[in-house]
Amino acid sequence: MFLDLLISGLTLGGLYALVAMGLTLQCGVARIMNLSYGEFLIASAFLAYLLTSKLQINPVAALLLIVPLGFVVSWLVYRVLMLPLVRRSKAGASLDVDSILATFGLLFVLQGMMLVSFGGNYVSYSFLSFPVHIAGTQVAANRLLVFVFAVVLGGTTYLLMKNTRTGTAVRAVAAAPNFAPLVGINVLMISTLAFALGGAMVSASGVLISMFLPFSATMGVLFTMKALVIVIMGGVGNLKGCLVAGLLLGFTEATVARLVDPGLTIAANYALFLLVLLFLPNGLYGKAAR
Amino acid sequence: MKRNELAGGIFVTLLFAVILATPFAGGSSYHLSIGISLLQYAVMATAWALFSGPTRYVSLATGSFFGIGAYTVAVLGDFLPWPAVLCVALLIGLALALLVGLATLRLSGVYFVIFSFGLSEMIRQLVSWYEVNITKTSARYIFLDITQQQIYWQLAALLALVLAVGWWIGRSRLGTALRLIGEDEVVAAHVGIDTTRVKLALFAISSAFMSVTGAIMAPRWTYIDPSIAFNANISFQVLIMALFGGASRLFGPIAGVIPLVLMIEYLSTNFPNHFSILIGAIFMIIVYFIPDGILGTISARRPRASQPPLAAKAPRTGAAS
Amino acid sequence: MSALLEVNGLRKAFGGHVAVDGLTFVLWPGEIVGLLGPNGSGKTTAINMISGSLLPDKGSIRIHGQEICGKKPHRIAAMGIARTFQLVRVASGMTAVDNVVAALAFVGPRLTGSAAEVRAVALLSQLGLGERLHTIAGDLTYIDQKRLELARALALDPQVLLLDEWLAGLNPAELLEGIALIQSLRTSGIAVLMVEHVMDAVRALCDRCVVMAAGKLIADGHTDAVLSRPDVRRAYLGEDDEEKVDA
Repeated sequence: MFLDLLISGLTLGGLYALVAMGLTLQCGVARIMNLSYGEFLIASAFLAYLLTSKLQINPVAALLLIVPLGFVVSWLVYRVLMLPLVRRSKAGASLDVDSILATFGLLFVLQGMMLVSFGGNYVSYSFLSFPVHIAGTQVAANRLLVFVFAVVLGGTTYLLMKNTRTGTAVRAVAAAPNFAPLVGINVLMISTLAFALGGAMVSASGVLISMFLPFSATMGVLFTMKALVIVIMGGVGNLKGCLVAGLLLGFTEATVARLVDPGLTIAANYALFLLVLLFLPNGLYGKAAR
Repeated sequence: MKRNELAGGIFVTLLFAVILATPFAGGSSYHLSIGISLLQYAVMATAWALFSGPTRYVSLATGSFFGIGAYTVAVLGDFLPWPAVLCVALLIGLALALLVGLATLRLSGVYFVIFSFGLSEMIRQLVSWYEVNITKTSARYIFLDITQQQIYWQLAALLALVLAVGWWIGRSRLGTALRLIGEDEVVAAHVGIDTTRVKLALFAISSAFMSVTGAIMAPRWTYIDPSIAFNANISFQVLIMALFGGASRLFGPIAGVIPLVLMIEYLSTNFPNHFSILIGAIFMIIVYFIPDGILGTISARRPRASQPPLAAKAPRTGAAS
Repeated sequence: MSALLEVNGLRKAFGGHVAVDGLTFVLWPGEIVGLLGPNGSGKTTAINMISGSLLPDKGSIRIHGQEICGKKPHRIAAMGIARTFQLVRVASGMTAVDNVVAALAFVGPRLTGSAAEVRAVALLSQLGLGERLHTIAGDLTYIDQKRLELARALALDPQVLLLDEWLAGLNPAELLEGIALIQSLRTSGIAVLMVEHVMDAVRALCDRCVVMAAGKLIADGHTDAVLSRPDVRRAYLGEDDEEKVDA
């Protein structure tokens, strides 16, 4: 039973970590507190559903189509919608509040569009839904696949951040946005890249989630919330922190769902959130430390 | 200063003249319904600005408090006399605000916003869980003998109260403290202001008004369950109205409420399916194109969003010492 | 007569870096004491701990025998300690008068209404801002904002005034004015602890100097004596070639 819990927590946590990684890039590097983040996830999920059920395209193949699309769309969103705010705040601290408000509005627009297109009902499709036996317990194959993907994508992103020049530039902008230009970093370019990369990651997450979880047009907020909690707990802009916080959240949720009541998971999220902030006001790793 | 006060006084007099006259103007119950909508949002937007205006902590939790008030009526409406129910709604709103405030107001503004963002969801889940497991009810019914007119008058009285409270705060030391906190929280702390307590007090007062509004409005629903009571749309709409009108002046929110409620009424009747899209677009237009007059009051030069909490603060040094 | 402010064994570390280690000194009423040291020696950290902006790891801070170590800034302000900031902080959306009026309301004389206005005007005039009472603080010049900050600090009727490089960035004429202003505080019995790099001002104003280096106290005594000590000179000349410590 403990093993069961371990596997649940791991798969859930890994997924959450992936979801949150995109947001931490958007918040920590591009400095956009994107409240509409979850809508992009659900939109990607719907897209995957359409490709799978209407065009009979394999969901994994759908990933290859949707992730670049997510990248491009987010790139455009940053340049068209976020740049004016960045310019207006002169990249100062008021960008935080401005971006919250603007993305809050965007949330309603996107959610509205999805409600009109798909209605409010739950939607799902079947993919690899047979169980796989691992270490004496059973896991749904799709969940396992999702976990593997999450690890691969998250790991790749992390390695890119650590080992490439661009990755270093991204981390520099997250850590010291005022000083990054002094060493020749084009902060605007990097911010756009980070935001778009975040969009790509959330699209990937959306497709992955659609493989095993029924979803609806109004579920975006839930994911945004969890991602925000993880981002803050792990330290804004900190990829490693995302992983740790994501796993923590995943385990907590799995445990509460199994041992207490599945109807209390959000409360558990928030309790964890508050507890961490009570003792570590800057999150588990502080700001953009690595 | 004096001219502003005079202008304010005239506005209030006119406003209440209209409010008092409307039910007798011989309109249909539809007009009364619009009046109720206007009053409801006027109270909540003004209450919202009482806290979020000066402190610049954007609260997305309005719906939570409205819902708590409404749900209180659903639970207690049959057992207690109406005034008592309102009192309980007020107290529960206060208690929730204190709880949330104590947990989050010592942290930076961004954490508060994010917490308030998901608060409705959390409360909805908690209440659902409670109803399913403890009280074993799935939905509640409100059959209270309260007329539209009575709701209208209660809201009018509540509006008068919230305006009076806002006016009084503005003239008191509490108002001075608030203004200073909004300008620079560090300075405020160093001139002897207990910033946490001030923020808490305002948040509690503001939230109490929202709970009572929810309670007053509850009899309009006959059927209520957690997903109906705890509605994110309310948080959003109150936010838009307050910002549109101007959250830094007492009457600002009302100025935003009147056009927006009417617009929302028009949109939801004529474009029911596209409502969310339209309202989101309107809000974004406000955010992008009516910035300084509106957002200038919310986006400060150094908002709490970027200031670390006091106890963990690194030394503010240009050169390290 | 017991010391006004007693700092004992104060310590603060950030991660692995110990910013202040075992700082101990006292302040007497009416003194002007310089808190000196090269960059990175822990001076502003010490000031932040005394004013409550930072939580000390260890040690005690007492004013009139009452322990204030670890208390929040607003409580410490109520107990008679006021400060200015290294990067000047004023309520930039409010007028100069309103800045000071706000500061008068919560501690010290706790004035409101017209009494507060009168006192605010007096303070501002005393500090040379009599002509700019109704200017928005954000529109004031740098030196005027510093004056406003000082007025705000004095509005609390403090017994201890902490100045964090208040004289930095002033031209020679302004410097003379600034020195005269601080001199004038002596008569009110306030004890002033000033973090300073401007040596002319230190020599002109400070009765005593407390010198820090790498978080530790290395000297505490009369200004001339302290400034001519070889280890003090070494601490300065070794790291910071701005200061002219002449023979």
